[in-house]
Amino acid sequence: MRRKHGFIPLLTVLASLAIALGGCQGDKAAESSKIVVGIAQDLEDSLDPHKAVAAGTKEVLFNIYEGLLKPAPDGNIIPAVAESYEVSEDGTRYSFRLRNGVKFHNGEPVTAEDVKYSIEKSAGMTGDESLIPAFSLIKSVDIEDPSTVVITLSEGNLEFPAYLASANAAVIPASNASPDTIPIGTGPYQCVSRSPQENLVMKRFDDYWGEKAYIEDVTFKIEANADSVVMDLLGGSIDMFPRLTTSQVSQLSEDFTVYEGTMNLVQALYLNNEYGPLKDVRVRQALCYGTDIDGLLKLAFDGKGVPIGSSMFPSFGKYYMDELNDVYTYDVEKAKELLKEAGYENGFDLKITVPSNYQPHVDTAQVLVEQYKKIGVNASIDLVEWNSWLSDVYTNRDFESTVIGVDASNMTARALLERFCSDAGNNFINFNDARYDETFKKAITTADDEESTALYKELERILAEDAANVYLQDMAEFVALNRKFTGYEFYPMYIQDIARLRLSE
Amino acid sequence: MKRKRLLNHKLIAGAVITAFVVLVSAAGFFYTPYDPNMMDAASKFAGISLKHPLGCDNFGRDILSRIISGSGTTLVIAFCTVLIGSVGGMLAGAVTGYFGGAADEIIMRFNDAVLAFPSILLALVFISVIGSGKYKVILALGIVFIPSFARLVRAEFIKCRSMDYVSSAKLMGASDLRIMFVHILPNTMKVMLSSVAIGFNNAVLAEAGMSFLGIGVVPPDSSLGRMLSEAQAFIFVKPSYAIFSGAMIVLMILGFSMLSEGLEAL
Repeated sequence: MRRKHGFIPLLTVLASLAIALGGCQGDKAAESSKIVVGIAQDLEDSLDPHKAVAAGTKEVLFNIYEGLLKPAPDGNIIPAVAESYEVSEDGTRYSFRLRNGVKFHNGEPVTAEDVKYSIEKSAGMTGDESLIPAFSLIKSVDIEDPSTVVITLSEGNLEFPAYLASANAAVIPASNASPDTIPIGTGPYQCVSRSPQENLVMKRFDDYWGEKAYIEDVTFKIEANADSVVMDLLGGSIDMFPRLTTSQVSQLSEDFTVYEGTMNLVQALYLNNEYGPLKDVRVRQALCYGTDIDGLLKLAFDGKGVPIGSSMFPSFGKYYMDELNDVYTYDVEKAKELLKEAGYENGFDLKITVPSNYQPHVDTAQVLVEQYKKIGVNASIDLVEWNSWLSDVYTNRDFESTVIGVDASNMTARALLERFCSDAGNNFINFNDARYDETFKKAITTADDEESTALYKELERILAEDAANVYLQDMAEFVALNRKFTGYEFYPMYIQDIARLRLSE
Repeated sequence: MKRKRLLNHKLIAGAVITAFVVLVSAAGFFYTPYDPNMMDAASKFAGISLKHPLGCDNFGRDILSRIISGSGTTLVIAFCTVLIGSVGGMLAGAVTGYFGGAADEIIMRFNDAVLAFPSILLALVFISVIGSGKYKVILALGIVFIPSFARLVRAEFIKCRSMDYVSSAKLMGASDLRIMFVHILPNTMKVMLSSVAIGFNNAVLAEAGMSFLGIGVVPPDSSLGRMLSEAQAFIFVKPSYAIFSGAMIVLMILGFSMLSEGLEAL
């Protein structure tokens, strides 16, 4: 009797459960124009495009900000806030015609004053330091008429449009007093909120001048723990994650599309050229000889990834030199010999500082520690948080060596090579070579494209032969995207273009 | 009589498990089947075989060797942590319990302040200030473990200081130091012993927890927590990695807690 009593309530419960579940499904279809993208690091540096240094920050800001020009997935530079531009014969005068009807996220139209303000702020003419060294060429920014802005350079420069397309040259409203906390740009998405250590929320900007984004709400969720990314993807708390490792990819289910590309990063064991033993070029070369890149790729990356020999990656085809991969071939004996010559017959201690949130770099460092044992170098790993990495290693240069990937902030060879000039503010490895400085100066001042390409290649050769760093690879990039969405595109730079994503079907 | 026998079973079982764990880890300092950090691309994710009894991890490292050396690391950390905690706690507890007064108030209030925070949280703060690594974890956890021992010893000292044997020692002209450490301290040993065993358990868990969060033992070194955290990324590809390292932690904890319960019943 009792059992019978229990049966009817059970039925009722099941029925209501079915209704509730059905209701859930209905909601899901309606709100599915929402995507959660996992990112590895917090946007700690700044939301001000002119102050953002981390590649991970810039790839997010790409969706919010635009410059006069912007990069396209095929590597070309396309007009954005500017509709078109003209260059004078000698390359010193760039005249930009502003696009009509471009609005900032706060609803105000973009004026020539805003553009002038932005370029001047980005070039460091208003006090702050500029993140684009080439902007020191800018002599003046003038407003010719309300829709024409003229930038005059102190000397001709053919790469200038590429710099303007960089995230660090974005156009922002002059009226915004605190761009580092309230980001206002002209991009396809506008920022809604940012919770430190947690997320950044964006929504579609419906007054965007160009092709509007497909997906309405976007959340960038910070996945500080690399180990839980796969579970979060499978569990559905994130829909997309760029830069997965191969072993993570192998654990994904059928629900995900995996896009494969290269990261356009120069992954290397960056060596502090001022640190004791590493001051000696023979020691640095010994480390290069003692690094088995193929072995590394096999162990930690399932054989995926493109070995590189200098600070340049293959997608910059014009400047990339395949032959530099052969400057150092894996040779333990040779490495030992060089160490002996340098007086480190018994090896030395080497601390490798690695940001703990980047599993590929941590894995790489672990393999390197093992490989260096064979040449008698006692390497150890120091895991640090991303913020301490930024401050200790990158800013204060207080490190011995570090595994990291360095990206190009814009699509020029200069963006990768300028940092190794002895006086460059971001020369965090303290590389100091007079020949390099001189060649670089020639490369950026020459008006002849062929000559400058040759000079840039010479720079790459110097970096390789001087063993400025132990160059490893341009890592294979795997992007997992839930099958609910489609349309992911790779850029030859560090960019996540969310506006091109759309719902499947 | 029956009750006592039952509890002695616990003592025996605990002693056997603990002896096994300690022996295995101690042996690991001298011998492991493979170098625990040796990578081998050919045996990446190798399954269970005669060559690798527990298989290999994502770098082709032998899991058995890593568990053996990892248990060693974890045990050493736990041991040192408890050592720092108990010696520090003993000193603080003895002084405050025996003398009382202002020193008692000051030290014990400080003690309370430390106790007020969850110990893992406090250790996290320490680590973020002094940096991660094996020895720093020991230091951080050791300091965090002091207050609980201090409390215990202080209570025992307060109980003992008014007892007859202390009074007679005083009459005979024994110094305070002598009374504290020669007369009273041996009487607190029983309480200390069981709490040391519990402390040991907590230390093992704390180390595992911190390494799991990525702030304890630094790779490529292995520790049980570190291995669990590494295994997490491959839990679907290679569940045995997580299972074996987890099982070792369970075994360790089980052994110590049975041992401490057994000791208490003696």
